Amino acid sequence: MHELPQNLVNGLLLGATYGLIAVGYTIVYGIVQLINFAHGEIFMTGAFGALSVYLGLGSGTSMWIAIPLMLLGAIVTSTVIAVLTERLAYRPLRNAPRLAPLITAIGVSITLQQLVWGFYPSAKSPRVFPSLPGGPFHVGGVLIQSADIFVVVAAVLSTLFLAYFVRTTRTGRAMQATAQDPDTAKLMGINTDRVIVIAFALGAGFAGIAGVAWGLRYGEIKFDMGFLTGLYAFTAAVLGGIGNIYGAMLGGLVLGLVQNLTAIYIADIPGMSQFSSQSWSSVWAFVILILVLMVRPQGLLGERVADRA
Amino acid sequence: MRNRSLLVLTAIAATGTLTLTACGSRASNSGSGGSSSGSTTVTIGVDAPLTGSLSALGIGIQNSVDLAIKTANKNNEVPGVTFKIEALDDKAAPQQGSLNATQLVGDSSVIGVVGPLNSGVALTMQKTFNNANLVEVSPANTNPALTQGPNWQTGTKARPFASYFRTATTDAIQGPFAAQFAFSTLGKKKVFLVDNKDAYGVGLVGTFKDEFTKLGGTVAGQDHVTSGASDFSSTVNAIKSSGADFVYFGGEYPDAAPLTKQLKAGGANIPVIGGDGNYDPTYIKLAGTAANGDFATSVGAPVESLPSAQTFVTNYKAGGYSQAYGAYGGYSYDSAWAIIEAVKAVVSANNGKLPSNPRQAVEKAMSNVNFSGVTGTVSFDQYGDATNKQLTVYGVKNGVWTTIKTGTFSG
Repeated sequence: MHELPQNLVNGLLLGATYGLIAVGYTIVYGIVQLINFAHGEIFMTGAFGALSVYLGLGSGTSMWIAIPLMLLGAIVTSTVIAVLTERLAYRPLRNAPRLAPLITAIGVSITLQQLVWGFYPSAKSPRVFPSLPGGPFHVGGVLIQSADIFVVVAAVLSTLFLAYFVRTTRTGRAMQATAQDPDTAKLMGINTDRVIVIAFALGAGFAGIAGVAWGLRYGEIKFDMGFLTGLYAFTAAVLGGIGNIYGAMLGGLVLGLVQNLTAIYIADIPGMSQFSSQSWSSVWAFVILILVLMVRPQGLLGERVADRA
Repeated sequence: MRNRSLLVLTAIAATGTLTLTACGSRASNSGSGGSSSGSTTVTIGVDAPLTGSLSALGIGIQNSVDLAIKTANKNNEVPGVTFKIEALDDKAAPQQGSLNATQLVGDSSVIGVVGPLNSGVALTMQKTFNNANLVEVSPANTNPALTQGPNWQTGTKARPFASYFRTATTDAIQGPFAAQFAFSTLGKKKVFLVDNKDAYGVGLVGTFKDEFTKLGGTVAGQDHVTSGASDFSSTVNAIKSSGADFVYFGGEYPDAAPLTKQLKAGGANIPVIGGDGNYDPTYIKLAGTAANGDFATSVGAPVESLPSAQTFVTNYKAGGYSQAYGAYGGYSYDSAWAIIEAVKAVVSANNGKLPSNPRQAVEKAMSNVNFSGVTGTVSFDQYGDATNKQLTVYGVKNGVWTTIKTGTFSG
């Protein structure tokens, strides 16, 4: 069966990365109802932030020391950029019609891409990203790279942290309250502006981690890597139910699996072989999205809420 | 308070933009000021991806044309005519190429265009240029249909556009050349084909497949990938389970490098063979040690090995360009030079002056161009194809492209 276990593992790993990015879309949407199309670029800048830290450390630094510092660099870079875009691009449009911030988000996305392209050294062509030592490991016929372990650990820890943060901390509950009803939350003494900034920062931090994971897995990063990946991550957020953080993770995993499995197994259906390839896998991903939304318009884990107008 | 800080920011941004604009307009004024000394200034347009992942190749093309123009102006190659460059970015996107073609046609000082890089982009530009009789010389397009019509494979060759020329060899030769190399020289019998769905990649894989199966090889499987994707794990698995002993890739290095990297990390130690789109130092830089043992064919003989190219290489270095001339540098220089030669012929046939509507005359003169260029003798056949049909196989050894053999495909 064309190495089914390997395909499942690959799909889940790709999906976990989508999930980490999708969390950012979902948190921001849940709180300000803004589809932050620049989020893919936040992910990209995180990867470049990590690369800068790595280059600054100089060769000879052990990857065990480099990785935490790179993660820190990625999180700081993407968080700072996300907070700045929120402050400069989105906050002035807080009370504007919804279309205005959406178009602004697309503008921010293009701006960030071009800034990295124009000003990051040698970013005009893909840049090599360091790789983790060790591996690959053979586990029951499945080949696992050391970067894959990083992805799994990062995704699990991040999701647990997010769940803890949103459920138990004061700020987390303030976020929930703002998501439910921003006006009432404000009346209850919640600084909603601060909550919105935290939502952007939190999503950006996850995107930064995803950026490092992406770089480690594929060994290269490029200025336009956020566009397509961001689009898939957004799809994952919608698939899982936008606004729901567990849904984002689940949607990511489902999307990753669908992309990987359809690329190979559609060919086994008689007469369908020309619809099975890496490039067709995105088509199948969107077919699944449409099918899911036809049955569950709110997404896999989304709750049906009345549109507040 | 908040609003005021925003206002300050906006003001700073606006001032910055205005300053930049002012710089831009001053520069262009001084450019046109040079032409008032009794000579006519004509423009050679360039269309190539100057941004995006293929910009390394595109900027090499732009710089090489720039060098050709500077050399022609310095030597006073065409008395009474000064050349200048106008480079447009097509982002490797067919739509943008079509817009650029319209813009270049609209500028009456443009008498010839070098570009584009991608065959898929060329398809959208040809007609616009042809309607305006504006000569287009591509240093890199290898899709046979561009010069020989869509039915070239069935033997009915018909040149679709009289204004289109190229200095690069076509995939009608490149694909079979690679197939012979893989089958006879390497002794590989089972191929897995991968293309990136654009005109170049699909065409190259098609001509390769035909010759490879004719020789007796088998196709173990085929996949089509999305340009710009990073995850090739499904393709890698398909290759592994197909049992192929090598991969033939139709596309460019930004996709080929991660593919070969993931293929080898996935445990399949088989070579990836590609066309001129793979032949770039960036391929090795991105793929690292995984690139060792891979091959690529490219148009012409290696520029560095040609005695005719030494001056070009020296002058390019002296020109202070920050980017390398890349795989198509020599061909771009020759493409620009072919236009310059055509202009020279037109001017000398018109009593030393450029005719008032030179485009049509330049187009006619192109078919008689014959000079010794960077890549050898440059001239065009009845289809607008280069008469120089040399190809070279390069292999990655210890992290550098090394020449394996130079030759051509003959039936």
